[in-house]
Amino acid sequence: MIRPFLNAAVLSLSLAPALAGAAMADEKPVLHVYTYDSFVAEWGPGPAVEHAFEAICACDLKFTATGDGAALLARLQLEGARSDADIVLGLDTGLTARAAATGLFAAHGRTPIVDIPNPHGEAGSWDDPLFLPYDWGYFAFVYDQTRLQEVPQSFEALIAAPKDLKIIIQDPRSSTPGLGLLYWVKAAYGDRAPDIWAGLQPHVLTVTKGWSEAYGLFLEGEADMVLSYTTSPAYHLIAESDDTKAAAVFDEGHYMQIEVAAMLAGSDQPDLAGQFLDFMLSDAFQSVIPETNWMYPAITPDGGLPEGFANPVSPDRALLLTPDQALALRDEALQEWLAALSR
Amino acid sequence: MKPAGWAGIAAAGFLAALSLGTLAVVAVRAESGAGFGPADLAAIRFTVTQALASAALSVLLAVPVARALARRRFAGRGLLITLLGAPFLLPVIVAVLGLLAVFGRAGLVSSALAALGLPPLDIYGFRGVVLAHVFFNLPLATRLLLQGWQAIPGEHFRLAAQLGMTSRDIARRLERPMLRAVLPGAFATIFLLCVTSFAVALTLGGGPGATTVELAIYQAFRFDFDLGKAAMLALVQFGLCAGAALVAWMVAVPAAFGGGLDRPVARWDCHSLASRLADAAALALVSVFLLMPLLMVALSGLGGLADLPPGLWRAALRSVLVALASGALAITLALALAGAVMRMEVGAARFAGLLEASGYLSVAASPMVIGTGLFLVLFPLADPAALALPVTALVNAAMSLPFALRALIPALRDVERDYGRLADSLGMSGAARFRLLTWPRIRPAAGFAAGLAAALSMGDLGVIALFADADAVTLPLLLYRLMGSYQMAAAHGTALVLVVLSLGMFWLFDRGGRFHAAA
Repeated sequence: MIRPFLNAAVLSLSLAPALAGAAMADEKPVLHVYTYDSFVAEWGPGPAVEHAFEAICACDLKFTATGDGAALLARLQLEGARSDADIVLGLDTGLTARAAATGLFAAHGRTPIVDIPNPHGEAGSWDDPLFLPYDWGYFAFVYDQTRLQEVPQSFEALIAAPKDLKIIIQDPRSSTPGLGLLYWVKAAYGDRAPDIWAGLQPHVLTVTKGWSEAYGLFLEGEADMVLSYTTSPAYHLIAESDDTKAAAVFDEGHYMQIEVAAMLAGSDQPDLAGQFLDFMLSDAFQSVIPETNWMYPAITPDGGLPEGFANPVSPDRALLLTPDQALALRDEALQEWLAALSR
Repeated sequence: MKPAGWAGIAAAGFLAALSLGTLAVVAVRAESGAGFGPADLAAIRFTVTQALASAALSVLLAVPVARALARRRFAGRGLLITLLGAPFLLPVIVAVLGLLAVFGRAGLVSSALAALGLPPLDIYGFRGVVLAHVFFNLPLATRLLLQGWQAIPGEHFRLAAQLGMTSRDIARRLERPMLRAVLPGAFATIFLLCVTSFAVALTLGGGPGATTVELAIYQAFRFDFDLGKAAMLALVQFGLCAGAALVAWMVAVPAAFGGGLDRPVARWDCHSLASRLADAAALALVSVFLLMPLLMVALSGLGGLADLPPGLWRAALRSVLVALASGALAITLALALAGAVMRMEVGAARFAGLLEASGYLSVAASPMVIGTGLFLVLFPLADPAALALPVTALVNAAMSLPFALRALIPALRDVERDYGRLADSLGMSGAARFRLLTWPRIRPAAGFAAGLAAALSMGDLGVIALFADADAVTLPLLLYRLMGSYQMAAAHGTALVLVVLSLGMFWLFDRGGRFHAAA
């Protein structure tokens, strides 16, 4: 009995894409959205976004997911102009200067008013011609209130803390938060960044490939603090009714991550892609973000934010390098980090 | 040439295309290539040092364990052998979490130390990387050495007993020549595996000082999108591996023990209390070291079973089918290649060596470069997502081929040397010879090889990540997605399902092949 079952299973697996392709041929245009992996998980924003957009677009929204933001850009560069992608969703402002230089993206022609702190211009304005924001957050060190009593309130305090206070960070070469921390230190301390890294070095328990490993180790109790987001405690509060996790607020201010989307210059569905970008900034998309992507929505939905999303960082403490600054400082900041932590 | 020979050459060509061809594709696509900086040289140095330490330690520790397993018979021995193989088959992140649950700052050992008022263990750094690599590779080393022991016919030990040989005499006359033949290969194999390692070094390395060449390749892709540099680093990795393989090949001397009647091996020399205690201690220690982290994975997994995510069983079915396909492919490729090598060793020895070497190429290749090269080749032709599962099965079959060949070629050689002339004189050939003579004798090796391929592809996260279809996740991808969205409990549960399925898959194939089971 097992063999027919297996055969059927193999057949259905191998034919599934072909059959799906045939079903799609009934005139409905397809919008290809490339994004990072956690966006399309069954518990992520992907399913709700797909459902809501397909209800208004008379189209088929198809996600393609690869790794994280940086892997996404590498994938687009590998595919080049031949790519099927109409929209890429999931780069951040640390990557956009490099992304813009590929020439793969088209101007969106929109001037939205957003609820994102703007250290470089008028509050609420957004003037990137290629990329539109869909959510944002602050990097922060997250800790367990039942395990850590003396919480450092700044990088200097963290450096001065007892040697056995350990933090886990991510490698900037393989992780977006890891790169964010480089920019955080650079934005806060400029030329003093190497000293800060030298001071932090004894506290760094280990450096992981990505956020998942770092946060996993932290949850297992390996370290006192982990580099994550100010919104991380909200997950534990809302999804697990666990109020023991908190984000340390630093006096220097917090570096921001703004996640953005753009349409591809080579898209064969430019109108549909434009419609998706408008949808992305609408309530239907934005209200899904907090409790699926655990970030702040770019435009606060009418219903407000869920409990636990109260922002602990005031907007005048927001730190951010412009995309061009980020690109220009990247290699120097990395060399400083490598020199300090390779010891 | 007979068809079997051509099949072998085709298999070799395919493997060369997969490892060297993909590298060429990536290099051709490169626009610029930055030269090596001091960080790259440091990465090469670290890679070699940790691989040497890890391989030496794994192989040395494996000697007493394999000897104990070879000369003792006890209830649960078969189960122990299977379980000891588990770490090698674990997805890296699962194994790391298990290791940390025992040796980490919040782990069992540190908790015990804290109860005594001592500071916690600090395993992060060079020692952490070596510890993890020994955890992964000690089982493999044990397996390779155990095969060496089992290749000594039982009649030799019987004769040794009749001659009144002591354990020491047996070690000198039988075991040391066997180790002399087997150790260099085992050392080289583990050295290669540690050279291409990547995620372990990062999580337990404690900082960027612990950067391997494979990580530098990943960085070249992701951080700099510098395909030229990635290709160059991949060449360096090939060079390191080729060097190691060459040294092992020159150092090794074949041991010829001749044929036997496949009687169960009985030992008369090791009834002394001291030798019993030594064997018991070796087995107990290695069991604790290897099985405690596994037990911790299982325990935290049980707690997570209630939180298993939707879609888990679909992902599991997908993973199992990929694993079955990969196991079958690995056996087909290995038999074709090994058969052709045997055929050519008679007339064209140099060509046979070349053919055999092609089977080992994949272990030296960078999974990142293979994945990217395949992507560049296939993307213009087909939807990568539709090819995700077949490519995963294929690449993992190729990745496990070195182990398949390591097991199969010596087994085939022994068959030919010991029984070939007899079979020739009886006029046995073709399918009948394969079925009656060859297959029964290479079954354990074939089962082991297919099991490895199946289990490795079950845990694969390298190739599939590049091709992945957003809707058709496999178990490791699901596990990673869960970890990537705070859901550690569900991730632990998924890890347990993955471990049980991988081990079950390996056990099924391996069990199907073991003919020493009678003993």
